[in-house]
Amino acid sequence: MSATWNILAAIVLLSFSGVPACLMPRRSAAGQRIATLLMVAGSLLGLSGVAASLGGANSPLVQVPWGLPCGRFAVMVDPLSALFLGLVFVVPALGSVYGLDYWRQSQHPATSRRLGLFYGLLAGSMAMVLVARDGVLFLVAWEVMAIAAYFAATVEDDDPAVRRAGWIYLVATHAGTMCLIAMFALWRHATGSFGLEPAQAMPVAVAGTLFVLAVTGFGFKAGLMPLHVWLPGAHAAAPSHVSAVMSGVMLKMGVYGIMRMTALLPVAPVWWGGLLLTAGAVTGVAGIAFAIGQQDLKRLLAYSSIENIGIITMGLGLALIGRSLGRPDWVALGMGAALLHVWNHGLFKPLLFLGAGAILHSTHTRELDRLGGMGARMPVVMVFFVIGAVAICGLPPLNGFVGEWLLYLGLFRTLGQGAEAGFPAAAAVAVALAMIGAMAVACFVKLIGTVFLGTARSDAVDRAQDPPPSMVAPMLALAGACVFLGLFPSFAIPAVENATRTWAALANSASISIAAIAPLGWISALGLALVALVGIFALISRIAFPTDTTARAVTWDCGYARPSKRMQYSGSSLGKSLVDLFAALLRPTSHQPVIHGLFPNSATFKSVVTDTVLDGMVLPLFRSAGRFLPRFRVLQQAQVQTYVLYVVAIVIVLLGVGAMGGQP
Amino acid sequence: MTSLLDALLVIVLVMNLFALGTSRIHALIRIVSAQGALLGVIMVLVHRHLTIPVLAVAAAGIAIKGFLIPAIMQRALQQAYVKREIEPLISPLASILLGAIATAFAVLLAGQLPLVNQNDGALLVPTSIATVLVGFIILTTRFKALTQVVGYLVLENGIFVFGMLLIEAMPLVVEMGVLLDLFVGVFVISIIVNHINRAFSTLDTRQLVSLRE
Repeated sequence: MSATWNILAAIVLLSFSGVPACLMPRRSAAGQRIATLLMVAGSLLGLSGVAASLGGANSPLVQVPWGLPCGRFAVMVDPLSALFLGLVFVVPALGSVYGLDYWRQSQHPATSRRLGLFYGLLAGSMAMVLVARDGVLFLVAWEVMAIAAYFAATVEDDDPAVRRAGWIYLVATHAGTMCLIAMFALWRHATGSFGLEPAQAMPVAVAGTLFVLAVTGFGFKAGLMPLHVWLPGAHAAAPSHVSAVMSGVMLKMGVYGIMRMTALLPVAPVWWGGLLLTAGAVTGVAGIAFAIGQQDLKRLLAYSSIENIGIITMGLGLALIGRSLGRPDWVALGMGAALLHVWNHGLFKPLLFLGAGAILHSTHTRELDRLGGMGARMPVVMVFFVIGAVAICGLPPLNGFVGEWLLYLGLFRTLGQGAEAGFPAAAAVAVALAMIGAMAVACFVKLIGTVFLGTARSDAVDRAQDPPPSMVAPMLALAGACVFLGLFPSFAIPAVENATRTWAALANSASISIAAIAPLGWISALGLALVALVGIFALISRIAFPTDTTARAVTWDCGYARPSKRMQYSGSSLGKSLVDLFAALLRPTSHQPVIHGLFPNSATFKSVVTDTVLDGMVLPLFRSAGRFLPRFRVLQQAQVQTYVLYVVAIVIVLLGVGAMGGQP
Repeated sequence: MTSLLDALLVIVLVMNLFALGTSRIHALIRIVSAQGALLGVIMVLVHRHLTIPVLAVAAAGIAIKGFLIPAIMQRALQQAYVKREIEPLISPLASILLGAIATAFAVLLAGQLPLVNQNDGALLVPTSIATVLVGFIILTTRFKALTQVVGYLVLENGIFVFGMLLIEAMPLVVEMGVLLDLFVGVFVISIIVNHINRAFSTLDTRQLVSLRE
């Protein structure tokens, strides 16, 4: 009981953390400090509740009467929500600390209080989404979350690009909510109440419709391809700690929604899992392919988030297939991979966004091809960024590896072992997973090579330096968590297993055990060995080459007399071979100059990778709707007389219907 | 009692046609205010046992619709220097014909409607529907701001007649609220009329189209 109340109190603290600042003067820093203090206090309180409920049984259902005509205020914390709640109580609080210097009140007097208000509301409403056990309450919290994220992400709304990204986000999120409203209405029709309790039995067609509505509605939020259109723009436009929360936590609310609904629905035909596996594979491969083509630091990270959502969805798909076919080991590995990756991505992606924020903060540019040579200027940020990048590529000994490894194990098991029947179609997805892994490495090699190595490509970089401690500390915490989870994954496994059992609700769900299938001890041992090996190599190289004796000279420049610092491999040239490989999907456009004669004039070359779905499909659709729909403006005559005539027409029709004795 | 009631209701119907036929705004206002006052009287007749609330509503109705609102509108009229509805959409004669058709339609329709208490005053429902329709005709065919107000008043009178059927079910507060709404509405519009006149140098509501986005 007390765990739930702790979490509810935490939700209140988080939601209203930005309010005191609104009552204070514009330039006073105290309001922002109070907001951060409230965020941290609320998060600690919430974490105490999470820790109590991660372990075992569901906390009791708490119901409070409310004045609304439908729905109830019903909340409950079970291991599945507790797992996601942990993320909500970690990342936003760290982001808030980061924001103290990143978005300092004295430098942003006009927007800081608004940002603080909606940032806190975003965190609180996400927690509310996770504990809600009633469809109406869930939808209310969901909408508050969507709107709070909109206002937090569009803080710099004097920039037209930010406003555009905000509009796209707003349209996409409401398209998703529309599906969710339809889903809850159907849920109410099928089960007789808005309560989110496991349904007893329902026709397969109804359950299938509910499932598709859930995947579509929550897919908009999670960023499943091709519903991801809002994601890159909004993440690029938002302040970096808001991007961190959106990418690290808010996308996971979509994942949570799909997990919760699949847990509640009684029957699970195999095609459900197949759909999720396919969607996950497509999202993963396309997401990372788009990421490679990006030239904007934060857009690249946003596309990489889409890729990671793909991996999580693949895990969930495998678990669903396992549930349909009654295979606890597939459920354990698939769900284990998905849940671990939820946490992993929730740690390393905020780390990367905070690192990107530090770069943006000191150089004021997100363009990869204007950066370069940051490693010498911001060594601390580079260390954290590399840790995050290694983790996101799924390389040992960091945490990204563990989740993907479980997924590989699970996918290989679908081939069938000995006498056990398999489901080999699912194993084909392992190929996609391998491709994603390789391309993620390519993508982050490009990113780190362009941003941190080489020499500075523009003057923007010159005055860059490492950020103050309040911005470093959150990164340190996140990086530490990445390393810890990578080296000792067995600490997280019991919580994941509990959540998996809650989700699966199989007859033999007690037999779900990840530790029995996957040799986690070996991960720790080999991880530690790898760290030791790297340490020894570093030591040897330090001893062998005691000082930096490398001579520095200009690269051979084909005899060109005046080399400039722009003459390096650019980010787009590093990714070009892979972009060309996926040209059918990415549709890169480039403007190549035509060169005539011996002494040509100066010319420019430009290449861009736009979002194929957004710029190629959605926006043209909206534009044609914009051309067609104004025809209905004929109805808007702006004459009172005409409007009254409309009313008369309707009244007469209604009277006629009434006179016919019909039921209007 | 019922024959007296029906006779008064027929007068209301005739007043409708008169309102449609006149083109002088003064006369229009006067006839509609008389109609409003008459409805106050009818309300007393409909009720078999008179209570203080019923009398209060009837008195307030007569005072507001019969005297207060016409006074406000006459004042606005004087300030705006308008005497006639010069160019209605359809001629007064056509309006009267349309009104007659509407009245016939209302009588036919009222017989068909599935109402609970059929025998409460034979003409109550047709009068109500006919008055509402006449209100709509005035609203859609006249263009001066003040005649628009009159149209709304006629419309409200029709609804008021229908409300008499429900008088037992409808609380006093609702009746008084409706009267207050009406009063405030007319009060505000009468003030606006002056401003419309000044801004567009006409009272023709068709000019308001230029406010469209």
